[in-house]
Parts: sequence; structure tokens; C-alpha cells
Amino acid sequence: MFVVGIKWQNPQSLSCQHDIIGLNYFVIMSSKTSKRPLSPHLQVYKPQLTSMMSILHRMTGIANTIGLLLFAWWMIAAASGIESYATFTSFMTSGLGMFLLFGWTASVFYHLCNGMRHLFWDSGRLFKLKNAYMAGYIVLIASALLTLIVWIS
Amino acid sequence: MKWDNTGLKTAEARVSGLGSAKSGTHHWIHQRLTAVANIPLVLWLVWSICTHDFTSYLVFDGWISQPVNAILLILFVISAFYHAVLGTQVVVEDYVHNEPLKIIKLLSHRLIYIGLAVACIFSILKLAFT
Repeated sequence: MFVVGIKWQNPQSLSCQHDIIGLNYFVIMSSKTSKRPLSPHLQVYKPQLTSMMSILHRMTGIANTIGLLLFAWWMIAAASGIESYATFTSFMTSGLGMFLLFGWTASVFYHLCNGMRHLFWDSGRLFKLKNAYMAGYIVLIASALLTLIVWIS
Repeated sequence: MKWDNTGLKTAEARVSGLGSAKSGTHHWIHQRLTAVANIPLVLWLVWSICTHDFTSYLVFDGWISQPVNAILLILFVISAFYHAVLGTQVVVEDYVHNEPLKIIKLLSHRLIYIGLAVACIFSILKLAFT
């Protein structure tokens, strides 16, 4: 609500006149400190493989962080004794538990594979557009394959 | 806010302690270091889960009592939790613009994940030594 107030007080300070949904928060929040017009932002760009994968990297990162809570529960339950461990395993083998575990597997493998793509970029490689896309497809295929291998075997 | 103070301060005095004058490189290197460490550790953990029936307490207890497994598990906890804190820190810094709220979120993330990591390591050691 705070953000909406800023938009209506200084509508001329915004280059973007779209409705406030999702990612437009960037534009409006930035105008808090600066009254200058802003260049076009995220909402004017067509979704591309590279940008979508970049956003997915962050989303899976957050999902993995939440998954670590599950891991912590596993360790603490095991140390607490056989009964609390049984509570943990009965949850993990339930429908919801398996669903979460599958989601976490896919999320971890995507983040791992795409993280390696990032490490290649950090070393100065794969910067040509063609290579960035090629590595992107490899990451998608590899993470899907790894998830399948784990869940089929 | 520090950057509103344009009085008699020099340009350097106005920006020191803000943004990249802090510890960006240190953060960046540690994020990469833990990322590289996470690759083998995560693959090892997933492989271990796939090849053992950890729904059985006895199997899990026997597995974690082996020093190699306990050591690798502790290394995973340190590397993964540290990487998680560094990653969520960047997300919070990027999307939370309210300064007090940002500090509260960063602090609580850190404290929760440090607490959980210590609890995990203690649990692993307890299982490994008993």
C-alpha cells in the first residue's frame, strides 16, 4: 500500500504508467529516492530463455533454502531418537512429503546445473549469445535427466 | 540518510561505508567457493539417499556412524547453509528497500540459519559418537 501511495503522489516522476503488478515494483520503488524519470524496465521486454532461467535460478535458490529446513528436521529428528525419526519418515513417505522431495530434487539439480553455467561465466567463458543459449538448453536437459534418473532408479 | 548530507564533506567521506565500499568482493568469492564445494557434496548426498533405505532408523544410524559420512555431512551443512545465507542476503538486498525491514530480515535469516546449522552439526556428531 505504501508503494501505491508514492505512485499517485508523483505520477509524472514515473516513466511507466502500467498497473502495479509484480515486477513493476522495481520502477516504483526506485522513484522513492530519485524524482528523475527512469528508463524502461523489465515489463517492456519480451521473456527470453536467458532471463527466465536467471529468474528461475533465484527461485530455485530460495526453494533450496526452504528445503534445508527439511534437511535440518531430518538430522534433528534422527538425533532425538527412533520415535521422532519415525514421525519424520512417515511424513516424507506421505504424498505431500514425496511431492516436496520431488520438487526439491528438481530444484536442487536445476540450481546445481545452472550454477555451473554461472561459474563458467565467472571464468569469462560462454559469453557469446549463441553459447549462452546452448549452455542454457544443456542445463535444462541435464537437470531434467538427473531428476528422472534419481526418481526412476 | 548519509547521501543527503552534501555540506562540507568530501565525496569520498560521503560514500565511504556505503555499497561497494564494504565487502562485496569477500561476499562474491565466498559465494563461489561454497558453490564449488556444494557440487560434489550435493551429488554425494543425493547418491547416498538413493542407495540406502533411510526410512529405517538402523540403516541411517549405521550409515552416519561411519566417519567419512559424518564428516562429509558436516561439510555439506557448513557449505550449504553458508551458501543459503549468502544467496538470500542478495535477494533481500535487491528486493527489500525499506532499510529497517531489510536489516531485520538479514539479521533474522542469519541467526536462524546459524542456529539450524549448529543444531544439525550437533545432531550429526551425537549420532556419529553414540
